[in-house]
Amino acid sequence: MTATVDVSAALPAKFPQITPRPSGDHPAFNVSPADAVAVLTTLRDELSYDMLVDVTAVDWGVDASPRFTVLWHLLSTTHYGYVRIAANLASDEAPSVPTVTPLWPAANWHERETYDLFGITFTDHPDLRRILMWDGYPYHPLRKDFPLSGIDTPLPDLEVGDLTGATAKPAPMMGGPFVASPGEMNLTDAEPRAKDESWTERREKPESE
Amino acid sequence: MVSATTDLNYNTKIEGEVVVTRADAVINWLRSSSVWPMPMGLACCAIELMGVAASRFDIARFGAEVMRFSPRQSDCMIVAGTVTYKMAPHVRRIYDQMAEPKWVIAMGACASSGGMYRSYATLQGVDRIVPVDVYISGCPPRPEALLDALMKLQTKIQREPSSKKLLASA
Repeated sequence: MTATVDVSAALPAKFPQITPRPSGDHPAFNVSPADAVAVLTTLRDELSYDMLVDVTAVDWGVDASPRFTVLWHLLSTTHYGYVRIAANLASDEAPSVPTVTPLWPAANWHERETYDLFGITFTDHPDLRRILMWDGYPYHPLRKDFPLSGIDTPLPDLEVGDLTGATAKPAPMMGGPFVASPGEMNLTDAEPRAKDESWTERREKPESE
Repeated sequence: MVSATTDLNYNTKIEGEVVVTRADAVINWLRSSSVWPMPMGLACCAIELMGVAASRFDIARFGAEVMRFSPRQSDCMIVAGTVTYKMAPHVRRIYDQMAEPKWVIAMGACASSGGMYRSYATLQGVDRIVPVDVYISGCPPRPEALLDALMKLQTKIQREPSSKKLLASA
């Protein structure tokens, strides 16, 4: 017994403005950020999707518009169906979406993580602070314009930073993570290699980037 | 283990009941025989560190079984695991709180060089914030490797000009 049939029909019947979203696995819907809380409340209270599995976001790239999509994954603990709700955010510079922490307390930390790593503001969140990076860190690391190796930043504790002269320096990509090249090629070219081998701890990072 | 110049020599035929030695040899012998570790267990290496402390490998054989979670009472900080930038200032503060003399062992690839974590969040080697005496390779290192590092540290301690340092600071 699954809710696949139920939710695909019941949700658009109640909210005619939402559209189905192409999905390879579970039923999925695109909603507007303004409708998100109402849709999620309906799913929780009327369609028995009572468990919030994940809140996350996608950055489609610096040039994309809409750039950010927020995703909610719900699970029903009675009929074991999943559903995915996605909302494209209107603003690419100051993306924001209403919080669902009043519906599921579990959303609190998920939204803090999404705020920390993507810079998406969850309005009316009770405690919207960074959760992984330190307070005062100026960037949002999972955005596409943030390099994996990082950007030179002072340490969280300035006193220790002054004492040791250490900063959060870009990590050399030499030595991993190793990425295989896709496509048809000989095995030597397809060998997994580091993303950027042009600079190491000994050789300075080229300024051209 | 002990180099010839600083070894404790005692010959009953010559000295009778008097032991003649150098101050450095005595001080370093005392220090190297009871290195109390400060277990800075930050990731999976800490599990190996626990293994070293347990019965099979038994770090007590080297006089370093007294794991002290208070930096005031410990001599050697064993940084076992990945140091994130968020954690780095705390590691340095705990190091600063340790009383002299103090040593640091960087246990495993992450503590030594950032290891496989080439990312914006990871300190690329704990030697950027604290002076390291012994590095251990491995991910995680075998318990024997940590014992070897401890023996290397003991050898290093035995070569230190301890009395000169003590007189200079007095």
